[in-house]
Amino acid sequence: MNALILSAIWGVVMMFSGIFTKSGAAIRGIAITGLALLLVVNVLDFQGTALVDINTRGMLVYNTFSYMFLNIVFGATLLYFFLSGSDMERVGLHLAEYFALIFFILAGISIVASFQTLLMLFLGIEIISIPLYILTGSDKRNLKSNEAALKYFLMGSFSTGLMLMGIALIYGSKGSFSLETIGAGTGVITPLLGGGMLLLLASMSFKVSAAPFHFWTPDVYDGAPTVFTSFMATIVKVAGFFAFIRLFETSFGSVQAQWQLFAAIITAATLLIGNITAVFQQSVKRMLAYSSIAQAGFMMFALVSLNGKGSEGLIYYAAAYSLATIGVFAVLIKLNDYTFEGFNGLGKSHPLLAATVTICLLSLAGIPATAGFMAKFYMLSAAVENGKVIWLVILGVLCAAISVYYYFRVIQAIYFKDGEPQVAEVSTTFKVVMVLIAVLVVYFGIFPQRLTDFLYMVY
Amino acid sequence: MNIEYYIYLALALFSIGVVGVLTRRNAIIIFMCIELMLNAANLLLVAFSKMHHGIGAATNPTAGIDGQLFVFFIMVVAAAEVSVGLAIIVMMYRNIHSVDINFLNRLKH
Repeated sequence: MNALILSAIWGVVMMFSGIFTKSGAAIRGIAITGLALLLVVNVLDFQGTALVDINTRGMLVYNTFSYMFLNIVFGATLLYFFLSGSDMERVGLHLAEYFALIFFILAGISIVASFQTLLMLFLGIEIISIPLYILTGSDKRNLKSNEAALKYFLMGSFSTGLMLMGIALIYGSKGSFSLETIGAGTGVITPLLGGGMLLLLASMSFKVSAAPFHFWTPDVYDGAPTVFTSFMATIVKVAGFFAFIRLFETSFGSVQAQWQLFAAIITAATLLIGNITAVFQQSVKRMLAYSSIAQAGFMMFALVSLNGKGSEGLIYYAAAYSLATIGVFAVLIKLNDYTFEGFNGLGKSHPLLAATVTICLLSLAGIPATAGFMAKFYMLSAAVENGKVIWLVILGVLCAAISVYYYFRVIQAIYFKDGEPQVAEVSTTFKVVMVLIAVLVVYFGIFPQRLTDFLYMVY
Repeated sequence: MNIEYYIYLALALFSIGVVGVLTRRNAIIIFMCIELMLNAANLLLVAFSKMHHGIGAATNPTAGIDGQLFVFFIMVVAAAEVSVGLAIIVMMYRNIHSVDINFLNRLKH
C-alpha cells in the first residue's frame, strides 16, 4: 500500500524535477533515490511496519505474494535504472518525464499486484498501459517509433474494450465486482458468466502477448526505443502475468476444469509460435521480442496448473527472466548494430561484457546452474503436479530445446566469430551492475530456495 | 423494460465496434469504434446496475450502485486514453501526412 502511494508521489516529484534541473545526472540521481526508497518502504511494509495505513475496504489486499512480487519488480527496476538510465537521454530531451512515466507504471503495478475487485484490475492495467503508449512513441522523429506507438495504442485500447465488456457481463450475472463474491458459488457457468470469462481471458492474453493475440508484440517491441523495450518486455510483462493469475485463481479457480483446455491451447500456441519464429530472426532485438513471447508461454504454465508450485514458479520466473533480459538488453543498447553480426568478436574486445551477457543468455535458454533453469523447472513441475496436462509438459521441454538454438547463435557470434563490434562508452557502474546481475542469476540458480523461502516467512 | 433488450442493444453496439476496428483503415475511425465498444460496456453496466438494484433494494438500499460507479471510472480512463491516443495520431500525421494505417507496415520487413 505504501509503495503505491510513494510511487505515485515520486512520479509527480520527477515531473517537477524536470523544471528545476536540466542535468541528466541529477535527474537520474533523484529517480534512483526514489526507487531505493520504494524498495525500502515495501520491505518495511512486508515486515508489518506500515508508514501510513489506509482502509481500502477490501479493494486492495496485499499478501505475501504481492509483497514478494513487488520487491522483485522494484529491485529489477533499480538495476535497470543503473544500467540503462543514462541511455534514456539519447531517446529525447524529456528525461525527467520518462522517469515520471516509469514511476506511474510502477504505481499501476502495485495495484495489479494487490487488486481484489475488477474495478482495481481495470484501473491498474490502464495505469500501466497509458504511460507505456507514450514511452513507445517517445522517439518522436522516428517513424518506426510512431508506428509502434499507434499500433500498441490501437491494440491496447481494443483489448481494454474486450476486458470492459467481459467485466460488464460478469457483473450482470454476479451483481458484484469483488473477486471473492464472483469466486463463491461459480459452480454453474451461465452464458453471461462464461462469455465474460472468455472475454477476460482474451483481453488478458492480449496484455501478456500470448498467442493468438501476440501479433502486435514483435512490431511494438522492435519499434519502441530499445531502453523502453527492455522495461516493457520484462517488468511490465511479468506484472501482466501476476494480474492474470491472481484474477483467474481467485474468481474462476473453482471452475478450472471448464477453461483449463483453453488456457492449455493458448500456452501451446504461444510456446510454438514464439520459439519457432524466433529461430528465423536476423535482428537480436526482434529475436528478443519473440523470445519474450516464448518465455510468456512458460509463464502461462502457472495459469494452466493453478497450484502453489505455479505461484512460486511465477515469482521465481519473474526474477530470473527480468534479470537476464534486462542484462541482455543493456548490452544490446550499447551496440551500434542490432543484427547477430553486431555481436561478432565481442568476446575479444570486451571480455567482461561478453561473459556477463553469456550468463544471461544461458539463463534464458534454461541451462542448469542458472536461475532460468530453476524457473522452467518450477513451471514444468507445477504442470506435472496438476496432472491433467502432461502433453503440455512434453511440448514445453521440446520448445526449451528449440530456444537453445537462437540464444546460442548470439553466444557463437560473441566468441567464435571475428569482428570489430561498435560498442558505446561503458561506465564502471555499468560493469559492476552487469557483474551483479550475472552473480544473482547464478546464485538463484544454485540456491533457488533463497527466493521462495521469503514467501513462507511469517512476521 | 426487460433486461434482455439492453443486453442485445449493448452486444449489437459492441459488435459494430469490433467489426469496425477489424475492417476500417483510418486511424480516427478505428478510434471511434473503440469508443463505441467502451460505451457499449457502459450501457450494459448501467442496465445491470438498475437490474441488481431492483432485485436487492428491499434488503440493501444501495444495491447495484457499484455498477454506476464503475461507469464513471470508465469515462475518466477513456478520456485519458483519448488524450494520449490523439496525440499519437497527430504525431504520426506530422511525419507522414496521413492517418491511414496501411502505412503501418514498415516494421514488417
